[in-house]
Amino acid sequence: MNTDSHAFIFLSACVVNNFVLASFLGICPFLGVSKKVDTALRMGIAVLLVMLVSSAAAFGINLVLQSFDAEYLQLVSYIAVIASTVQLVEMIIKKFSPSLFRALGIFLPLITTNCAILGVALFQTSREYSFSQSLVFALGAGAGFTLALWLMSGLREESEFADPPKLIKGTALSLMIAGILSMAFMGFAGLGA
Amino acid sequence: MENSADNFFRGLWKENPVFVQLLGMCPILAVSNTVINSLAMGLATTFVLICSGILISLMRNIIPKQVRIAAFIIIIATFVTVAEFILQAVSIEIHKSLGAFISLIVVNCIILGRAEAFASRNPVFPSILDAVGTGLGFTFALFCMGALREVLGSGTFAGIAVMPAAFEPWIVFILPGGGFFVLGFLLLVVNHINSSLKRRAA
Repeated sequence: MNTDSHAFIFLSACVVNNFVLASFLGICPFLGVSKKVDTALRMGIAVLLVMLVSSAAAFGINLVLQSFDAEYLQLVSYIAVIASTVQLVEMIIKKFSPSLFRALGIFLPLITTNCAILGVALFQTSREYSFSQSLVFALGAGAGFTLALWLMSGLREESEFADPPKLIKGTALSLMIAGILSMAFMGFAGLGA
Repeated sequence: MENSADNFFRGLWKENPVFVQLLGMCPILAVSNTVINSLAMGLATTFVLICSGILISLMRNIIPKQVRIAAFIIIIATFVTVAEFILQAVSIEIHKSLGAFISLIVVNCIILGRAEAFASRNPVFPSILDAVGTGLGFTFALFCMGALREVLGSGTFAGIAVMPAAFEPWIVFILPGGGFFVLGFLLLVVNHINSSLKRRAA
């Protein structure tokens, strides 16, 4: 398969190099918000939205910075763009779906410090994706993040009923589950480069 | 004086950012596959922690409350850019192997957490102590992860072979899955030590 094709970029970002389980980006929400399936799904969708908007914005910013020869400002301007995108998405959701806005609550502003989003912006620049490739990449990364969060929350809901030794309960158990999940995703490695 | 020692040592063990507060998990998992990478990452983060701690503590009375998070992030991003250029000048290989994770120090919640919880409320000197303690605690955690993963996963320590020749490296430990396992295991050990310390104190 052609490595530049849109389908390949999507598949690669979504399952083969899954952002959470293979590249370790966005671990904090992955461990923090994966206790219940429905909050996990909502969080995933909000992250997907922010990723799409900030990826498009980062592409534009990069063009501007390149024309001024000021690439060292990349990091500072990306983080500013992401913080304002989060505000923007927050306002849009509040306007069009107040119920979703209430359900997401505190998780919405916390998306700013989600490293997966800054990761998307940085990777698309360093891999020199075109505009449409960047959007597909952000879509794939967001879908992969949602998938990982969804699977993890399902497993954690089940593990509530188990009775592990007291020491391993909590984060240690979640990390072990995540490790097994990550090994399962290694099975996709044969799909891509 | 006892108070300033407390500022320093708190970050090392009792409030270790990784093992106790569970912050900064992304770099802990992502760059801990070799000892060298872990140490470089730990020191770069410590550098950013100290510099941003000093600046934020100096400016704590000037920054308006409403925009403080945005201001902190911009200050942190500036120092991360500086750290990135320094690392690039010191060793281009380490810079390459850490890749995007140097830039991602910006979104390391430890730094923003210390800025918000400590540096923005305290004078410069305690802030420096706090930053150094937290940074060393983070580096210590990274070092434990890196040492375990490198010795088991490739049979070397900082690039020098330490295991007998007959040892077959457990590749899984340098792969992503192994990172989760080792961190889970270390948390287990820390929980065990802390709970037996508590039992002895009681």
